[in-house]
Amino acid sequence: MSDTPLLQLRDITKTFGSVQALAGVDFEVRQGEVMALVGDNGAGKSTLVKCIAGTHTADSGAIVFEGREVHIHSPKDAGRLGIEVVYQDLALCDNLDVVQNMYLGREANFFQILNEATMEQHTGETLKSLAVTTIRSVRQPVATLSGGQRQSVAVARAVMWNSKLVILDEPTAALGVAQTDQVLQLVRRLGEQGLGVILISHNLHDVFETADRITVLRLGRSVGVFDRRQTTQQAVVEAITAGVPTKVAGIASPPPEAEA
Amino acid sequence: MTTADADVVGPGGARPVEDEEFPGGLAGLWQRAWLNLRTGNLGPFPIIVGQVLVVIIFGLTATNFFTAVNFVNLITETAGTAMLAYGVVYVLLLGEIDLSIGYVAGIGALIVAELQLPGSAWQMNGILAMLVAVAACAVIGGVQGSIVAFVGVPSFVVTLGGFLIWQGVILNKLEQRGTIIIQDRWINYTDAYIFSHLGGWIAAVIVTALYPLSILYKTMVARGTKIAQQNWIVVALKTVGIAIAVFGTVAIANHGKIISSPEGLPLAGLIIVVFLILLTFLAKWTTFGRHVYAVGGNAEAARRAGINVPRIRVLVFMISGATAGIGGIIFAAQVNSVALTFPPGNLLLNAIASAVIGGVSLFGGRGEVRGALLGAVLIGTLQNGLNTLNVSNGWIYIITGLVLLGAVTLDTFARRLQARSGR
Repeated sequence: MSDTPLLQLRDITKTFGSVQALAGVDFEVRQGEVMALVGDNGAGKSTLVKCIAGTHTADSGAIVFEGREVHIHSPKDAGRLGIEVVYQDLALCDNLDVVQNMYLGREANFFQILNEATMEQHTGETLKSLAVTTIRSVRQPVATLSGGQRQSVAVARAVMWNSKLVILDEPTAALGVAQTDQVLQLVRRLGEQGLGVILISHNLHDVFETADRITVLRLGRSVGVFDRRQTTQQAVVEAITAGVPTKVAGIASPPPEAEA
Repeated sequence: MTTADADVVGPGGARPVEDEEFPGGLAGLWQRAWLNLRTGNLGPFPIIVGQVLVVIIFGLTATNFFTAVNFVNLITETAGTAMLAYGVVYVLLLGEIDLSIGYVAGIGALIVAELQLPGSAWQMNGILAMLVAVAACAVIGGVQGSIVAFVGVPSFVVTLGGFLIWQGVILNKLEQRGTIIIQDRWINYTDAYIFSHLGGWIAAVIVTALYPLSILYKTMVARGTKIAQQNWIVVALKTVGIAIAVFGTVAIANHGKIISSPEGLPLAGLIIVVFLILLTFLAKWTTFGRHVYAVGGNAEAARRAGINVPRIRVLVFMISGATAGIGGIIFAAQVNSVALTFPPGNLLLNAIASAVIGGVSLFGGRGEVRGALLGAVLIGTLQNGLNTLNVSNGWIYIITGLVLLGAVTLDTFARRLQARSGR
């Protein structure tokens, strides 16, 4: 893990009509780090992630990626920078098999004719490199996979395209205990492979299992960045609910009467 | 989510990805067949069995059914429906519906009839007329598809509008004019140009060779990679099956004939096979086809993956229009004319029923082009056989309806079995 941030957000704001969703957020992710993003409903997690992924454009503030200031206006811009998002509802096609889903929209082709052998080969290699090994055949339809396997495919798809930053939106929300554990292992492995990972979760247990650092959002502001090894769930819960600003320079006052 | 074993095992404890591949040879073949049967993965087998049963029943009961002449008739009768059903497959793969195809077929027929009319200002060569007609039908499909894709009106409503509009156009045109006779030989050839016996055999060899050649190509491409190899016994069996169907067709057709023409394979039979191959290639081997399946499976996922969903929708409705146009021309060529009675019978419903009997899901993302041909042949055989038995039209509809219900019910059971076995 290096200390130079892979992605750095400075004073990001975003307003929807009269609602201020983001009121000056500072945020960073380092290379090889799993950064958890936690906060209550309406704290601005989704909006922040959408600003990074290009679904929304921030009203003001700066986004610095790999030391350069960048402007992300569309998901394509984000993709070009190497930022991939794994959405909560996975965005997989159930009727297609694992290979077809991994290459969806980016099929290997020669004058529009699919190159199945290349795609199948690379899919197998990618899954193997992430130690996703219980998927019996990469040619089985995604509909036949378990929840954990599906999540693994979605994550593998995100990292296959030389991505540098992977954003996971509630990756364990719909999973049972064993499967949650498997997905969390996979998330840690992404960090070990040198990617930056943003993990959005409501589940502090998951967060403390996986994350290196934890950013707490409350009412559109970052109210604390915690090092997982030096904090407790209690402290994070307090930050989420009470919003007492701690340990972060540059965020002076408690949030105003903002409603979000 | 019911399985408790680890989906992700740590490095070192890694199991190989293909830990349950089938062994090669006969043992693998048997295992695969048994697993497919047990899990309800039946593929086209129920419909092929149904087809064989229908042929046996009519062969035993109807005197004029099991003849080469009737067989050639059956080919030409089925060709137009099969053409429309191909387009239906694409539309259904998207989870959409196109109700306008029956009358778009009529428009295609009307345009060729107008353009070949001797003495008219725009008379042109029959081949050119057909190209113009098919292009016009593709444009009609494209316009309807654009309303679906860009405005967001449900395809059921848009194409229901198309159904009425194109019916109206045909009525307006033909009510004053009556029947337009088609004299152009190229247009009439689409139905009943008869190949010489040798020509039929050459076509059979080429068509049969395509499947093993495609497998050979896949194997060549996969050389040096570790992806699963073909089971050669399966390939051999499929090749033999295709050869029996294709050579059998040509052998029987070479002894049958349509009134006042020589004995042999009619061009209509080759046209539907050529389009079967082309449209299967488009669906299974190209990025476009992959995107059609993706949009039908999960349009939102397809959009997020960067697929231009409206473009796919418009193109699919264009295909539907074009295949309807081609089918319409074949129907017109069959009677050498276009009249107010066009389209014949229940063309729209027969085409949709063909695709559905052939295993294409109405909800998108599931089905194959070949299903349309199998379904159209089954419906065609059924209606042809009942006709030769002098069964009334009412009973023909009732029996076709029961077969449709039976096929879909069987498919639903099979799918439930598949879901239960986690495949």
